[in-house]
Amino acid sequence: MKSTVIPIGPQHPVLPEPIHLKLTVVDEVISEVVPSLGFVHRGLEMLVDNRDYHQVVQVVERVCGICSMMHAMCYCQGIEEMMGVEVPPRAKYLRVIWSELHRMHSHLLWLGLFADSFGFESLFMQFWRIREKVLDIHEATTGNRVIVSVNTIGGVRKDLDDDQIEWIVSELKNVKREVRRLGPTLLDDYTVKKRTVGRGVLTSQQAIDLGTVGPTLRASGVARDMRQLGYAALGELDFEPVTEEAGDSWARCKVRFKEVLASIDIIRQAAEKTPGGEIAAKVKGAPPEGETVSRVEQPRGEVFYYIKSKGQKKLERLRIRTPTFANIPALLAILPGLYLSDVPVVVLSIDPCISCTER
Amino acid sequence: MFKMTPNILRNMITDKATRLYPFETREPWTGVRGELGIDIEKCTFCGICALKCPTGCLSVDKKEGLWVCDPFVCVYCGICVESCPKKCLYQDLVYREPADEHEKIVMKGEPPRKKKEAES
Amino acid sequence: MEAQSISVKMDQLLGETAKLQVEGYTFVAVTGVEIDAETVELIYHFDRDLEMRHLRLSVQKGVRVPSITPVYLAAFLAENEVQDLFGVAFSGLAVDFKGTLYTENEMRGQSPFCRYTVVASENGEAAGAGDNSSENSSGEAS
Repeated sequence: MKSTVIPIGPQHPVLPEPIHLKLTVVDEVISEVVPSLGFVHRGLEMLVDNRDYHQVVQVVERVCGICSMMHAMCYCQGIEEMMGVEVPPRAKYLRVIWSELHRMHSHLLWLGLFADSFGFESLFMQFWRIREKVLDIHEATTGNRVIVSVNTIGGVRKDLDDDQIEWIVSELKNVKREVRRLGPTLLDDYTVKKRTVGRGVLTSQQAIDLGTVGPTLRASGVARDMRQLGYAALGELDFEPVTEEAGDSWARCKVRFKEVLASIDIIRQAAEKTPGGEIAAKVKGAPPEGETVSRVEQPRGEVFYYIKSKGQKKLERLRIRTPTFANIPALLAILPGLYLSDVPVVVLSIDPCISCTER
Repeated sequence: MFKMTPNILRNMITDKATRLYPFETREPWTGVRGELGIDIEKCTFCGICALKCPTGCLSVDKKEGLWVCDPFVCVYCGICVESCPKKCLYQDLVYREPADEHEKIVMKGEPPRKKKEAES
Repeated sequence: MEAQSISVKMDQLLGETAKLQVEGYTFVAVTGVEIDAETVELIYHFDRDLEMRHLRLSVQKGVRVPSITPVYLAAFLAENEVQDLFGVAFSGLAVDFKGTLYTENEMRGQSPFCRYTVVASENGEAAGAGDNSSENSSGEAS
């Protein structure tokens, strides 16, 4: 029984971003996995050396295109905690509305890619057509489709009128109806179930030991969601983390599908309760000497920021640990024992966002 | 097995979801952050826009009265538009068109000291 | 954050992490901060039920640090990153990329995130010091 080493290389039709996996294969069954990164490393953490702490918001937004607003929100929350700035309540509710819209557009993108990985291209196009409606909402309310750039230290930069909020809620009713129509097509299909049920099982004990986060962890039955921390008006809204028990690729798909529907509900609640008032607090001076830690739930999991300042306008150190960085060690436990042809689907089911991972 | 069929029949009857892009365009939404422009008559060359820019694409020369912007470095965030004290910067509703040469936008106006000398 | 952080010495590191694992903490991240020309501070972050704990370790450049992968396997990626970018060597890493995770072969031995580089020789002792003052990338125009 000889073993061969096969690379699932940086370029692959199914992967949205470059990651390299060296698989040791014995007769089509995988026995060992070694992941390797470093293809899109841009060194963003060093850009902090030359910039004011206000300008760093624009740098941090560009770490990842899909979760860009939540990176900026996490950074702003860390600096606001260090400086003791009180964010007005209207800004907190607006931040919740925009971040849940971001979560929806990321999950719809992933559902489309997942359908495409089996070759189900028509469903891929349908999901992305629905996603265009969410991107239209972004463009109409903030001015840009993907990197929306609405956060600033002390609040948000743009306001929403009551007409716009009503329009958002009515557009989302259409989105909810269409997503509900497409869900059973993906989840109850015989072929899809044959390829995903029972593949890539991650038990809850393995998931906790390997430090996984996000929907990958919640699909194994552990109800841990950073939104339970209650940052930015989420403490006043009513929601439950979405979990599944099985821990295989089908369960991860179902968790993300249910989260889209849960986000629509959160936006509807927030739109009813948004108070009036200002949208940003004035911030002067520099952050005091010290360090702080801040965490936010992104579409892929928990992002962790460590900010250290020495009392001047330029920060000393900014450290970002993104959710895919924590989910990659899980591949060491999931992949051994599978067939070679299952690998692309299982790797896509943990939702790899490699440009976040190697900022 | 026939779960997708109602969707297919509905798609055959209703309008198309796409438009024939170069020939038909959509009205842009208000507030879209497009290409950057300046009303050079009102500019006093204070340099605040260049100081606040996160990418360093703007440079302002007070003596000569020059305002230079590099549209390929600009990320169209809109911070210069918000922080200009005379409100002379604005953003168009259309994005910058693709170009085959790297050119900067150079605008020359009258710096404030010369205006004062001309008046007195 | 001050209230939840403990400073440890190099021989106490594995003992403290084993204690945290028994109490049910999961591993979050490792941060490296360069303090001055000789020291790098490593901060280990752990989390249980939305509460965090931190362990601080001050390391001289060129000295080998014991790795925590025997206790938390998930830490191998983070420790490889610190090895590449700060030049701190770890002993006992479960999956060791030997400096090729982020940087390419020509850059091995330099630590791009530090302002002062110390070149480590094979047995982990400091061999020489050089100065990488950070080059000016585009920032505010004056």
